Amino acid sequence: MARRLRIPFLPRRDYRLRRLHDAARLLPLFGLFLIVLPILWSAPDDVARRTASDGLYLFGVWIGLILVAALFARGLATPPSEPPEPSVVTEDPNAL
Amino acid sequence: MPFSLLVLACLAYVVFLFAVAFVAERRAKMGWFGFLRSPAIYTLSLSIYCTAWTFYGAVGYAARSGLEFLTIYLGPSLVFVGWWWVLRKLVRIGREHRVTSIADLISSRYGKSTFLGVIVTVMAVVAATPYIALQLQSVVLSFGAFASATPEGMAPPDAAQTAIWVAAGLALFTILFGTRNLDAKEQHHGIVTAIAVEAVVKLAALIAVGAWVVWGLADGVGDMMSRIDASPLAAWDLKPGRWTGLIFLAGAAVICLPRMFQVMVVEAADERQMARASWAFPAYLMGMSLFIVPIAVMGLERMPAGSNPDLFVLSLPLAQGQEGLAMLAFLGGFSSATSMVIVEAIALATMVSNHVVLPLWLRLRPAMDVSRDLRRVVLLSRRLGIVGVLALSYAYYRASGGSAALAAMGLVAFVGVVQFLPAILGGLFWRGATRSGAAAGLLVGFAVWIYALFLPSFGPDVILPRTVLEDGAFGIGWLRPQALFGVTRLDPLIHAVFWSMLLNIAAFFTVSVLTFPNPVERAQGEAFVNVFDAADGSAGRLGWRKGSVGAEELLVMAQRILGEDAALDHFRAAAMGQGKDGYLPDPTPEFLSGFESRLAGSVGAATSHAMVSQLVGRSAVSVEDLMAVANESAQIMEYSARLEGQQGELARTAGALREANAKLQELSRQKDSFLSQISHELRTPMTSIRAFSEILAEGDLSPGIVAKYGGIIHDEARRLTRLLDDLLDLSVLENGAVQLNVALTSIREIVDRALLAAASTRPERVFTLHRDLVAEQIFVQTDADRLTQVLINLISNARKYCDAPAPELRIVVRQRAGRITVDVIDNGPGIAQGAQGLIFEKFARLSDQSRAGGAGLGLAICREVMLALGGSVRYLPGQGGAAFRVTLPLRLALAAQ
Repeated sequence: MARRLRIPFLPRRDYRLRRLHDAARLLPLFGLFLIVLPILWSAPDDVARRTASDGLYLFGVWIGLILVAALFARGLATPPSEPPEPSVVTEDPNAL
Repeated sequence: MPFSLLVLACLAYVVFLFAVAFVAERRAKMGWFGFLRSPAIYTLSLSIYCTAWTFYGAVGYAARSGLEFLTIYLGPSLVFVGWWWVLRKLVRIGREHRVTSIADLISSRYGKSTFLGVIVTVMAVVAATPYIALQLQSVVLSFGAFASATPEGMAPPDAAQTAIWVAAGLALFTILFGTRNLDAKEQHHGIVTAIAVEAVVKLAALIAVGAWVVWGLADGVGDMMSRIDASPLAAWDLKPGRWTGLIFLAGAAVICLPRMFQVMVVEAADERQMARASWAFPAYLMGMSLFIVPIAVMGLERMPAGSNPDLFVLSLPLAQGQEGLAMLAFLGGFSSATSMVIVEAIALATMVSNHVVLPLWLRLRPAMDVSRDLRRVVLLSRRLGIVGVLALSYAYYRASGGSAALAAMGLVAFVGVVQFLPAILGGLFWRGATRSGAAAGLLVGFAVWIYALFLPSFGPDVILPRTVLEDGAFGIGWLRPQALFGVTRLDPLIHAVFWSMLLNIAAFFTVSVLTFPNPVERAQGEAFVNVFDAADGSAGRLGWRKGSVGAEELLVMAQRILGEDAALDHFRAAAMGQGKDGYLPDPTPEFLSGFESRLAGSVGAATSHAMVSQLVGRSAVSVEDLMAVANESAQIMEYSARLEGQQGELARTAGALREANAKLQELSRQKDSFLSQISHELRTPMTSIRAFSEILAEGDLSPGIVAKYGGIIHDEARRLTRLLDDLLDLSVLENGAVQLNVALTSIREIVDRALLAAASTRPERVFTLHRDLVAEQIFVQTDADRLTQVLINLISNARKYCDAPAPELRIVVRQRAGRITVDVIDNGPGIAQGAQGLIFEKFARLSDQSRAGGAGLGLAICREVMLALGGSVRYLPGQGGAAFRVTLPLRLALAAQ
């Protein structure tokens, strides 16, 4: 129904921006994986873990995420050069 | 520290906050937004996520369960780091649709439903009441900790009295700054700025205590590490279910908590703020959690056994005689509690007034008296709402008796508000989500939460009898609140999260799939899900038909809600947008939608929709209208594509016409010149014939001269005849009345004859002839005389016009697919491209005719002859001279005649 003009190729700047959006979408999943990872470190019956080292690890991941997010933030805040995303969607899959 | 001094410090702090809020409000009113809209203020205001539960409770949590407390901050950090997924869309929708609260968001998405607004409001109030009570408790406890340490001076009041004073003070502050005005967009710059200041205070307090613990009590980081290793906290119990479950819970809660929604979405100005907050807020959370474990470890080490770990932040400095630090910690805790209570109260009061009180008011008094200023009703209901929420919380606090059960209330409240998540995410990303589905999901999730977590959290026999807890309702084992369907292996909290979310999502999905949304729902669904694709205001076209209502009635209503000035401004702008003078625009669908959205910023989408409906009549939109509007853009696109195609076609046609016109003009010019030529041609022989015949008629001439003159007359007469023959021939050919004499002949023979006959043209020129005699040995069924005529013409033309110093003539014969081509090529100058289209036209002549010596009919005759022979003659460009290609069929089908 909502068929829009589709632009198959983008200028370099917009291409980079789109990939940055992809990366921004992936970042929390990546972070989640790292944060959930300690579950897999010890055998199920030996659940007691060392607070100090685990704490260092978790805070390390946390700082890493913050830094990467800060790196992304500037790029994500800039709008694309075209009028706002002229058409990302060719055909709305949810069209009712 | 004397208790009076403590109270004084508190009051001074509150006065300071008042001043900050007041100044910010003043600046906002003047339109000096400057720092008010800066990302820093926005990020700091988000810190109301960290309540007193964080400030005091996190240390207690860490003392009890090790690093598990981190989940409460890691979850939101992930959500913010991944802002591109959900928060960005949420903020954009909040801005485009002037969302005033989380209830408004859900109600607006699902067809501006009043019913959903009520459900969400009730759920939010139920979930938030214990949470606010928890804040009151923390303030009371911290007062108590201070007071008990210093018994001299003014006697501290008992806990209940402190709580009521705190509650009343907070209500006053919230009313003063939270319901000062009814904004077009529900933003409170004063409060937000005050909260930002409080955010700084609580972070500074916690870090100061932490730094003092690490570098004051312990001997730096290394020593702290070894102390952690030596403490009861050295090892912690990582329960995978709780670890992941709590991360999910906290991440979801940060989206769904009414107070977070208030600062994150409602108070947001644009997405740039969100971009900054995406990393700055996680950084803030990390700063808050950084020293929790050291404080917990040091508290366990230094404080007497049995002291409440929830108060270590405060009691540790007090016990060590650090009164200044303790004061800072106290203010930090105070800030955490107050900021949370203020924003939560505003958010809840907005929801209560917009989704419960106003709809009721409108229903009870459908015939609204026009003179009444509705704004006062709204503001009054908000103020009462704030008081009501705080009173409810105080009552809850008193009823629960400040029990330890309250400490667990934070997570219980989280699970309650997280029930909004499926409806929100479904509404944001799935157009198939319907109002009934959302209502079903919310109600089921809420019921499961009440039964499996909220009621049991009071402990056995408080509300739920012990028998129900142990044996299930009605003695059915599968209905045990903390082991639904026999699931006993889960932690009670995770158990409740699991079942409530699962059943919530299942009900939401199933009912959504089975029901059919009404047109407003579908329009809103489209507007929400595709908020980034929609051009500004495209969603606004849905919803209203041009009504019979007068703009004046609308203006009266607008004044009652927005106030006189704002309403007049809005109407004036709309009228100017329509190119009209004055204050009354036409009530077009666009205007009505914009108007409704403007009202929605004050009283919520559902109420605003209902009010406009009351005036305009029921929203007259139907499914067909929706589809028509949606199709419109597609049609416009298609239409423009079609236009483009037609334009191309037009351009082509115009080009062809121009070409034809140029050709026609050229031909007409040539026809004129031919006429003059032909008359000249006819006249010249006629003149000489007449002259010589007159001479002859005079007689008296020698026989030699008579013979000579007679010869001249004869020649001229022949020339005339030839000319007339040509013209006759051409006209016969053109009429298709030519008689063909078809027989089998060899091409070679024809070429021989043609060369021989053409040799008489300019016999002085000697041509080098290139022929391939073998290739010419082809027999064809055609009219040999006619074909010879064509070849003679072409060869004579070559002889006439080729002026190369060493003239050459090539004759190439080829046979291809049942057709013969005969190319006649010379090495002369050829024919200019512009003239190539003309040479076959009648009377065409390129150069001056003295050299040509013909009437310009030759090639035209050739073309007609070849047409009659079922072939063609064309100019062949690019052969290094003039070249003509004669094409003819191997066998001339007579039937074609």
